[in-house]
Amino acid sequence: MLLSLVEPSFGLIFWMTLSFLAVLFILAKFAWKPILNGLKEREASIADALNEARKAREEIAAMNARNEDLERAAREERELLLKEARDIRDREIAGAKEKAKAEAEAMLERARAEIRNEKSAAVADIKMLVGELSVEIAEKLLREKLTDDATQRALVDRMLKEAEARLS
Amino acid sequence: MSVKALLRLTSLMFGSLFMGPLMAQHEGHDHAQATHAQAHVASGTAGHAPAAEKFNAGKLIMDHIGDEHGWHLWGHTSLPLPVILYDTQRGLQVFSSARFDHGHATHGGYALVDHKVVAVDAHGQLDEAATKRIWDISITKNVLSLFISLAIILLVFISVARAYSRRVGQAPTGLQNLVEPIILFVRDDVAKSAIGHKYEKYMPYLLTAFFFIFLNNLMGLVPFFPGGANLTGNIAVTLVLALITFVIVTVNGNKHYWGHILAMPGVPAWVLAILTPVEVLGMFLKPFVLMIRLFANITAGHIIALSFFSLIFVFGETNAGAGYGVSIMSLAFTVFMTMLELLVAFIQAYVFTFLSAMYIGAAVEEPQHH
Repeated sequence: MLLSLVEPSFGLIFWMTLSFLAVLFILAKFAWKPILNGLKEREASIADALNEARKAREEIAAMNARNEDLERAAREERELLLKEARDIRDREIAGAKEKAKAEAEAMLERARAEIRNEKSAAVADIKMLVGELSVEIAEKLLREKLTDDATQRALVDRMLKEAEARLS
Repeated sequence: MSVKALLRLTSLMFGSLFMGPLMAQHEGHDHAQATHAQAHVASGTAGHAPAAEKFNAGKLIMDHIGDEHGWHLWGHTSLPLPVILYDTQRGLQVFSSARFDHGHATHGGYALVDHKVVAVDAHGQLDEAATKRIWDISITKNVLSLFISLAIILLVFISVARAYSRRVGQAPTGLQNLVEPIILFVRDDVAKSAIGHKYEKYMPYLLTAFFFIFLNNLMGLVPFFPGGANLTGNIAVTLVLALITFVIVTVNGNKHYWGHILAMPGVPAWVLAILTPVEVLGMFLKPFVLMIRLFANITAGHIIALSFFSLIFVFGETNAGAGYGVSIMSLAFTVFMTMLELLVAFIQAYVFTFLSAMYIGAAVEEPQHH
């Protein structure tokens, strides 16, 4: 009985070889091929989908980074513009002040020169007037001399007074 | 005849290797039984055996795990199966196994002794010379079971394949959902890990072998028709499976593989004198061990489960109460064993497929330069 257990029977070997190989070939062609291809395709499509999702995520992240860069650049530019504007304003104010001061200075100088000129003209006028007056007085004195001293003196005083009045 | 001689040689090798002492004990017993059966046939009586036959646990177990012409369904009812014989002298002979009446009758010069078809002469005596001329390709219980399991596999996987082509890129449903994890397991954990990037070519064999072994292991656990045949625990079936693995390995072996077997590189010549015969022997031993492992594991599982059941009847014969008492324990143990066998059914299918993949992997591996 035990011997028959380990003695492979010819019939079973025959049928097993025949039917197993037949089934193997049928399955290989009509079952395993479509199944394995289907699995592979599905795995590929899942991997693709995951890859695409990752790519999209990366793109969004890159876009965000780009946006932030742009924003920062814009902010920096604004800062720069503001600073420049401030500088220009400061410079302008300083320049205007400088100019105003110089003009005031020049005006003062001109005024002083005018005063000096006026003064010298006035002095020349006075000199001429004093000369004329002196000549007038001397003329009058020469005419009044003939009368008396007191009258002469009164005459001189009066003339001086007149001259003073004209001068002031 | 040479094939038959080879089969006999294989079984003798087993006899001497594993079951030497057992054989010695049983040989005489077997012989006695055979002659008893012959005498029975010779007497020509078609009567049934005596009703008060003593319960023989060994015979029950061996009958169950062996093969038979006809499939015992229940009680005295069995399904007769076609007997197909090719007699080198008389040509093809086809008739129902019912004609043998469970070994009690002869038909057309043939008789059934120990579930084997033998030739008998006109007086019902065993004709050794004529028996040697018989090539028995009957549809036995195991062959029918083989056909049923292969039909199930074909149906299941072709319908699953249709689901894959119909629902491209979509989530699996139903039967597809059931087998997909196993297919992925065989592909990723067996083929890819053992063979590497060239795994695709060997997927059909690995998948077919895995599902064939797994399904038949499970069907062997079902105690009634169409289960109950001990197909993966039959040496002929495991022999064919191991042979296919051997052929695939040998045909696909590359220069690197043969170089390692015939002349291991970097080994001195005097060591090669020892190593090469060992490697060549190993080439044949690997599939041989594949064959034995599956056969022994599944058969052992059946023997243990049946032994627990037999205990009921062994005790029941001495005392009916003892029989009922033991049945509780036996049932508990059988349930436990069946649970274990469910695990073994998967593990053995995995081990066979994985080792086949490993051998294929070793045969197609490219030399690695470190």
